[in-house]
Amino acid sequence: MKFINEYRDAELGKSLIARIKERSTKPARLMEFCGGHTVSIAKYGIRQLLPPTITMLSGPGCPVCVTASADLDKAIALAKLPDVIITTFGDMIKVPASRSSLQQVKAEGGDVRIVYSTLDALKIAQSNPSKSVVFIGVGFETTAPTVAASVLQAAQQGIDNYYVLSLHKLCPPVVKALLDSGEVKIDGIVCPGHVSVIIGSHPYEFIPRDYGIACVISGFEPLDILQCVDMLVDQIESGQPRVEIAYRRGVKPEGNRIALELMDKVFEVCDGNWRGIGVVPGSGLRLRKEYQHYDAEHNFEIRPGEPIEPKGCICGDVLRAVKTPLDCKLFRKVCNPEHPVGPCMVSSEGSCAAYYQYGEGYGR
Amino acid sequence: MEDKILLAHGSGGKLSHDLVKQNFVPLFDNAFLNKLDDSAVFELKGRLAFTTDSYVVNPIFFPGGDIGKLAVCGTVNDLSMMGAVPKYLSIALIIEEGLLMSDLKRIMGSIKKAVQEAGIKIVTGDTKVVNKGSADRLFINSAGVGVIPPGVDISGSNARVGDKVILSGSIGDHGIAVISQREGLQFSSSVKSDCAPLNKLVAEMLDSGVEIRCLRDPTRGGVASTLNEFAESSNVGIRIEEENLPVHEGVQAACELLGFDPLYVANEGKLVALVAAGGAKKVVEVMRRNKYGKEAAIIGEVVSEHPGRVILKTRMGASRIVDMLVGEQLPRIC
Repeated sequence: MKFINEYRDAELGKSLIARIKERSTKPARLMEFCGGHTVSIAKYGIRQLLPPTITMLSGPGCPVCVTASADLDKAIALAKLPDVIITTFGDMIKVPASRSSLQQVKAEGGDVRIVYSTLDALKIAQSNPSKSVVFIGVGFETTAPTVAASVLQAAQQGIDNYYVLSLHKLCPPVVKALLDSGEVKIDGIVCPGHVSVIIGSHPYEFIPRDYGIACVISGFEPLDILQCVDMLVDQIESGQPRVEIAYRRGVKPEGNRIALELMDKVFEVCDGNWRGIGVVPGSGLRLRKEYQHYDAEHNFEIRPGEPIEPKGCICGDVLRAVKTPLDCKLFRKVCNPEHPVGPCMVSSEGSCAAYYQYGEGYGR
Repeated sequence: MEDKILLAHGSGGKLSHDLVKQNFVPLFDNAFLNKLDDSAVFELKGRLAFTTDSYVVNPIFFPGGDIGKLAVCGTVNDLSMMGAVPKYLSIALIIEEGLLMSDLKRIMGSIKKAVQEAGIKIVTGDTKVVNKGSADRLFINSAGVGVIPPGVDISGSNARVGDKVILSGSIGDHGIAVISQREGLQFSSSVKSDCAPLNKLVAEMLDSGVEIRCLRDPTRGGVASTLNEFAESSNVGIRIEEENLPVHEGVQAACELLGFDPLYVANEGKLVALVAAGGAKKVVEVMRRNKYGKEAAIIGEVVSEHPGRVILKTRMGASRIVDMLVGEQLPRIC
């Protein structure tokens, strides 16, 4: 298939691996930011192909995983309200929150629907004028513009029963928070691909400058990731960290101006609550005052109660790249995709799910 | 106004009687059914296979088939996968009030075509109509019996180390055809369900004289789940090569977009066979002569290592586990 198979070419892959092996001499701890990267690395067995000098660590780039229990509790409280239809992306409904999950609320009679895009949610709002339709807005800079567009469309078409629970997160601030915490020891970052399509490469400049850490923006195909690792090794071996783009077919240094403007028009930056990381200043998005009419938190009275974290679950440590799923006592034994304890086992982009499904560390 | 199914069509009274007598019986015309007794009465000799399945696919019409064709092929294939020669089928309809009569007739027409192709008979049936909202347009249950020829012994627990894994053709077509239709995904409009009766293909494979140890149609859960079932039941390891897996371009495109792995997407006209290594090539040749086995290929082998596990060798030479499907990737596809 065009534009896919080229990036999975086995021969090119093997020659890139040979190149990396030849040149990597210093130990390099690399954090792949995105869940999408983690899945590709597991699915294509990239970890086994790399030399022992290179350690790949999963980062916090799984939108479902980083949604705080407290925020998920809000979604569940909304789902329990009468005449409310919850619309959400698929993975979200399975994530266990403090006391329940959206899936459970649905089974108990709540109206929870899976949609593929915000436009589907808008359609549901239009065809159910007597109900309130709430879209659970999770995701990074990648999805936020589409949610912004849906709010603008609702305004334009006079759809006044559409609401967004904005749990969006911003990537650069959380990287800063992780690095400032001092507990994450990394030499390079496989920087987000789709997020960077929107924000460009400039917002990462502070990472090599202030922390001396190598940065390369990567796509999600196996050759993308291998090329990215190759470039990171280059930077690390030469001692010259900087921001580079390996994902040139998607990312421009300045990003996508239209998408950024849309986002800025509808949302303003606020603090974001990250599962396992906590509240990170300036890492969230909320609807601006002009669009408060569409803000679920502003329009519904909910009391979700105190959040409870599952016992023994180390999803927080996994999201901070401090531990891997293999370090978790619950992994595979108590926690599996059928009975997930934490969000990283639920999301298709979660590290634990990727490790489980593709057998990372199998036989160890 | 267009003719619609009414509650009275399932009441057992005049309308039910007319529906069955005028629409169903002449269509499937055979001595067992025509009697309209409470049961079909027939004689069969030898070891019998007996199976049942319910079909709730949404939407009921999809590219490459409909719920009627599926209800016949699915049950015929379940019998075939035991090496049985399918003989007789029952068809029971649960209709939601308001279904268009023309839709029902169209579905009955494809049931007829499918039974003709498979060379079997529908000998008994039932029709119920439920209130609007109590079912989704149409559900079908079908049960079937078949005769297992002497000497045939097929089971998921028969795999032996060294056996070759054969797949009859491309994977994922049915699941993607259904989801594309349901969600209106234009880009994969070229994908058609592979829904087909495989009894003749299986008969030809058995006639080849090669020992067929395990046979299964990889429906829900896809090829990945079928292979895991074999590995677990036979307590052996299975290794497959990514390079040898046939996936049509439209299916691959849809999977990329939706985040699915074709190994887990349902098929309704494919089979996976584990056969003695020496005869594998011969079986593949035989299969390729049948229109439902044109793309048959050896995709892997049975190994003594990692019992109960299926391992896939990627194109770049790495290995990864292919686990059972957990949860549902696509709801209501059959």
